[in-house]
Amino acid sequence: MNIFFAFASGLVFGLGLIVAGMANPAKVLAFLDLAGAWDPSLAFVMGGAIAVGLLAFAILKGRSTSLLGLPLQLPTARIIDRRLIGGSTLFGIGWGLAGVCPGPAVVLIGAGVGKGIAFVVAMLVGMAGFELVERSKARRTSFGQPQASIPAVTE
Amino acid sequence: MSIDWMNFTPYASLAGGVLIGIATAMFALFNGRIAGISGIVGGLLRPRNGDIGWRVAFVAGLIAAPLLYRVFGDLPEIRIDTGWVTLAAAGLIVGVGTRYGSGCTSGHGVCGLARLTPRSLVATLSFMAAGFATVFVVRHLLGA
Repeated sequence: MNIFFAFASGLVFGLGLIVAGMANPAKVLAFLDLAGAWDPSLAFVMGGAIAVGLLAFAILKGRSTSLLGLPLQLPTARIIDRRLIGGSTLFGIGWGLAGVCPGPAVVLIGAGVGKGIAFVVAMLVGMAGFELVERSKARRTSFGQPQASIPAVTE
Repeated sequence: MSIDWMNFTPYASLAGGVLIGIATAMFALFNGRIAGISGIVGGLLRPRNGDIGWRVAFVAGLIAAPLLYRVFGDLPEIRIDTGWVTLAAAGLIVGVGTRYGSGCTSGHGVCGLARLTPRSLVATLSFMAAGFATVFVVRHLLGA
């Protein structure tokens, strides 16, 4: 059942990105181009998504399981550190270079856009690099014992 | 600042945003998880037992979306003017940055803000500011 809802969520999420115009990197860059001919449309995407999201997370407040009885696995980290700000800033630079963020990138695979597929491959290489660095760091700090120092649940 | 009224699509963008919100709500309410794409994809590179199926299913849903859309009509315009080299660099940076920052536009920008967490607000302000600054530098200072 949870596999079904995961697929359905991804499907509706992807349709939303297409309808919203976020699957079009040129439109995303036009939104980020405040000094040029600015297209503010994408502010409406975030507004609409957050409005609905607020309701859902309000319903879940105080619960420990989902409506299907699965354990809630929402991020619990509260720390605001260099890692969060540095990583997010780095992400913003990449986003500004191409107008592609991870969700639309995956949608571009299904749309058969070659440059989208290339972006995803590069993104996976970046993510794999992060994993390798984190893993070797964890190994060094735990003296040979494999240890998950990285939070299991991330945003 | 001048607004590009020709390409301004408030209704479609709002409707798309609501769909994204519904997907996020569905995933949180039923699966008890955050619909953060960088986290979902990144987790595939750190395989754990019982932690793969739902990730693959979500990603498959995203990939299926344009295919389903095509059943009912033509996809809206998709234009990528960025060159291959810049595109690859951008992908690499997005991969590294979203994992270090623990989230992207969906995880921090939609889910985190909807959960009213200060952490996600800081992350969202960081990547938005960096995105605006990068486009300004590339388009108006370097004139690409």
